[in-house]
Amino acid sequence: MSQHNAAAEHGTHNAGGNTKLVLRTLGILSAITIIELFVGMYLAPKLMGTDPHSSLKIWFNIFYLVCTLAKAFYIVSEFMHLGHEVKNLIMTIVFPLFLFVWFIIAFLWEGSSYKNLRDTYNPKVPVKGVHTTTPEHHGPTPAKVPQ
Amino acid sequence: MSTTATVPQRKTWSGGKSPFNVSYGKLMMWYFLMSDAFTFGAFLISYGTIRFSSASWPNPNLVFDSMPFLGGGYPLVFVSIMTFILIASSVTMVLAVQAGHRMDKAAVAKYMVWTIIGGTAFLGCQAWEWSNLIGEGAFWGQIPTEGHEGLKFMNMDGTVPTTNFSNYFFTITGFHGFHVFSGVVINIIMLIQTLKGTFERRGHYEMIEKAGLYWHFVDLVWVFVFTCFYLF
Repeated sequence: MSQHNAAAEHGTHNAGGNTKLVLRTLGILSAITIIELFVGMYLAPKLMGTDPHSSLKIWFNIFYLVCTLAKAFYIVSEFMHLGHEVKNLIMTIVFPLFLFVWFIIAFLWEGSSYKNLRDTYNPKVPVKGVHTTTPEHHGPTPAKVPQ
Repeated sequence: MSTTATVPQRKTWSGGKSPFNVSYGKLMMWYFLMSDAFTFGAFLISYGTIRFSSASWPNPNLVFDSMPFLGGGYPLVFVSIMTFILIASSVTMVLAVQAGHRMDKAAVAKYMVWTIIGGTAFLGCQAWEWSNLIGEGAFWGQIPTEGHEGLKFMNMDGTVPTTNFSNYFFTITGFHGFHVFSGVVINIIMLIQTLKGTFERRGHYEMIEKAGLYWHFVDLVWVFVFTCFYLF
């Protein structure tokens, strides 16, 4: 039981509630989401039009990614309170997540390479998706997997 | 034993204290959530791989443009409402944890009720969105290719979409929705135990903190799902 009391005690280092801090975090998260929505609903369609290969798309995606990571930081650091824990605990949680850097680069590279290889070696059949091996004469109604 | 315990300024790892300054249960909750993050990460990266290997992909601004009672033409509005519901329920969860630190049983119960309402509202929104998309002909293994829906789900370069889009959408939002559902169930159990006075007798409200960690994680995952499916 003494263990439990200790746990309860060190949990109280922000006791009484930092309600101000919580509302500030809420404000930041809402602001980022509203900016993202403004860009996604209004700005991006306006600047890129209907061009599916717009070179701006990559920059918009980077922008969304930065916003997402910022939101993730505030949720984990403030709501989940990780930012106020012992540094060693933070490290054991955050360091394994760096595997995602390799994970994301390797697999997106793989997907992109697969597309390029198909374009190179089978250029006459335009790539419509991953598992369609539709012959050319099929016209515009393939893609539906036979049930 | 007692002699070592009274020596001041012991080294962190020499025993007798918790080096990470959190209880066992909270630490294990953190490691569970880290492993769950890898599960979600694997799903989302798999989605990214398939999307990168596809020549084109449906336009989220067209696919997700429906609102209850209002019909189509409102891109991203409904999903942003869902996002705000989840963020708001995260805030009430933090307030419940803080009330637990003050040993304020009534406030804990009040904020847990609000959190449960938020989670249920999110699940309701997701149920509506799923049934709307299913009504339009999208499901696992199905994507509409004809008529008005066919235009909505068409690839951005004008080609016919594959079922990859709907497979990944339903799998990943379904897996997330299942997490929300189990989070609501856990929160209801925590509310019952709060009302029964279990935590008050125990002398601390740490279980609320553990449930809170899980609940915030669900919010965290939604942030990534939102970006990957609705913005990219």
